Amino acid sequence: MNDVAIIGGGMTVFQRRLKETGKELSYLATKMALEEAGITKKDIDMVVMGSAPDAFDGIHQKGENLLDGAAGAGKPYVRVFNGGGTGVFAPIAGWWHVASGVADIALVVCEEKMGNCYPHPQTAFRHIWDPILDRPLSPNLVWLFAMEMNRYMTKYNIKKEDIARVAVKNKRNAVGHPCAQLPDENITIEDVLNSEMMAWPVQRLDISPPSDGASALIFCSKDKVRQFTDDPVWVDGVGWNIDSTMWTNRDLSFPRYVANAARMAYKMAGIHNPRKEIDFAEPYDPFDYKELHHMEGLLLCNKGEAPILTREGVTERDGNMPMCPSGGLLGVGNPIAATMGQKICELYWQLAGKAGKRQIPTDPMVGVGQAWGDIMQMATVAVLRRG
Amino acid sequence: MAEKIEGSPGYAPGTRVSTKDIVENKITYTWWEPEVQYSWSLGQAMSKFLTGLKKGKILGRTCIKCDRVLVPPRMFCEYCYGPTDAWIELKDTGTIETYSISYLDSDARRIKKPILIGVISIDGASPQHGFMHYFGEMSEKDIHIGMRVKAVWKSPKDREGAITDIKYFKPLEGGEKK
Repeated sequence: MNDVAIIGGGMTVFQRRLKETGKELSYLATKMALEEAGITKKDIDMVVMGSAPDAFDGIHQKGENLLDGAAGAGKPYVRVFNGGGTGVFAPIAGWWHVASGVADIALVVCEEKMGNCYPHPQTAFRHIWDPILDRPLSPNLVWLFAMEMNRYMTKYNIKKEDIARVAVKNKRNAVGHPCAQLPDENITIEDVLNSEMMAWPVQRLDISPPSDGASALIFCSKDKVRQFTDDPVWVDGVGWNIDSTMWTNRDLSFPRYVANAARMAYKMAGIHNPRKEIDFAEPYDPFDYKELHHMEGLLLCNKGEAPILTREGVTERDGNMPMCPSGGLLGVGNPIAATMGQKICELYWQLAGKAGKRQIPTDPMVGVGQAWGDIMQMATVAVLRRG
Repeated sequence: MAEKIEGSPGYAPGTRVSTKDIVENKITYTWWEPEVQYSWSLGQAMSKFLTGLKKGKILGRTCIKCDRVLVPPRMFCEYCYGPTDAWIELKDTGTIETYSISYLDSDARRIKKPILIGVISIDGASPQHGFMHYFGEMSEKDIHIGMRVKAVWKSPKDREGAITDIKYFKPLEGGEKK
């Protein structure tokens, strides 16, 4: 396999509703990534589009609708999709376009417009449930996460305030992010614990918001990378894994599929002790408990230990193992696939020393990003390293 | 273009709009309401399972190779990837594996009287094998993981071969022992 570097990234503002079409948002994010890399559309060999369920945008097979905005016209172009896992799976697909040698430069664009869907994107989420056993019970998607969170809290005797701490940290981290939807430098644990009860134990401020937005990244082969930069950021390892669809037959307290994906990525990256060799992470945080769940799934701590490390400040931006220095989905927003902006663009910007106000002060060398999707079963993981 | 700032992303393109902007026609938009219906044939395993519910029975399927009793039943095992072996009738009692107290309906509209929902592992099936259902005849304070529960069925004439032939699961009289 060829070594693969990242040479440019971009993302639009994230917001509950944006005026621009999905195509226009794709164009804006792509233009930024091209500018950062110092290249133009003609330099791009192939394009990967990542976008989550068609039902949000309301445009079936929306990869086709979006392609002109994503610089895909007249090029090899493919859309990839695995629910919430797409934000890290699309860059994995960009990586393999280059690692395989079929492309020297691959552009990855991720787009989501959840604001199109009325009365609420939750209405579209109804259609991902099993039609035979689940839908007759009129489920709401938040139920899934409430049930998983409850199982996790009960098994490891975790207090809600230790979970709320994650929401506080990430919304505060997002203050330095120009694209952020919900930055809040004054938020407290009490604010989270006093927010509206949605589906116990999930409260309003435990959840990331639905959003519109787009992000983009440019992947480059080792052979060409020196034309663009002296300090490349490398994709060292990728992994993905999915558990059985029979979610009522699984122990929800530990995401074993995340551990499987992480082991695959760490093996490729030559990482033997992730707790020591990884400097920071962007675990997927659509809910505050998910950051903790995913820290454990990524083998960055013991089962049930993530809330303790968070309480001790280890996961703050200036801690020993910063988590979600971007502000995550909780602070920056959750336009599903476009969260590549926090999970992989942020790793790249941090490792390239370009993260501005969000820059981790300890000079990180290695970071891991992760996304999660489908019915609590899909994990996508990528390890990036400064060259 | 948006204001340039230090670091990357160096600016944040995109125009924020609010629901109010749309309601008050301050931005131009277009609208579409899809009308589409689906019907799903239930397949081998689910046809038998739902027919069982109509008769007031919870049916599982055995996988001898994996030593599992599967609920919901399926005709093949997702792990050993062989055919499952036989139908088995299980009890209509079980244990709450996890639950939620929901103040949201399926469109995320707020509701006053919460829905108690969760996963029940069914007695006689493998550990943690069961399905999602409602809970009733218990308060938000009583419900807990590990609680023993029993199915409350619709009357035979009202059953239609659906998961909703069980109305909900109620506390099992006689305590917590399995």
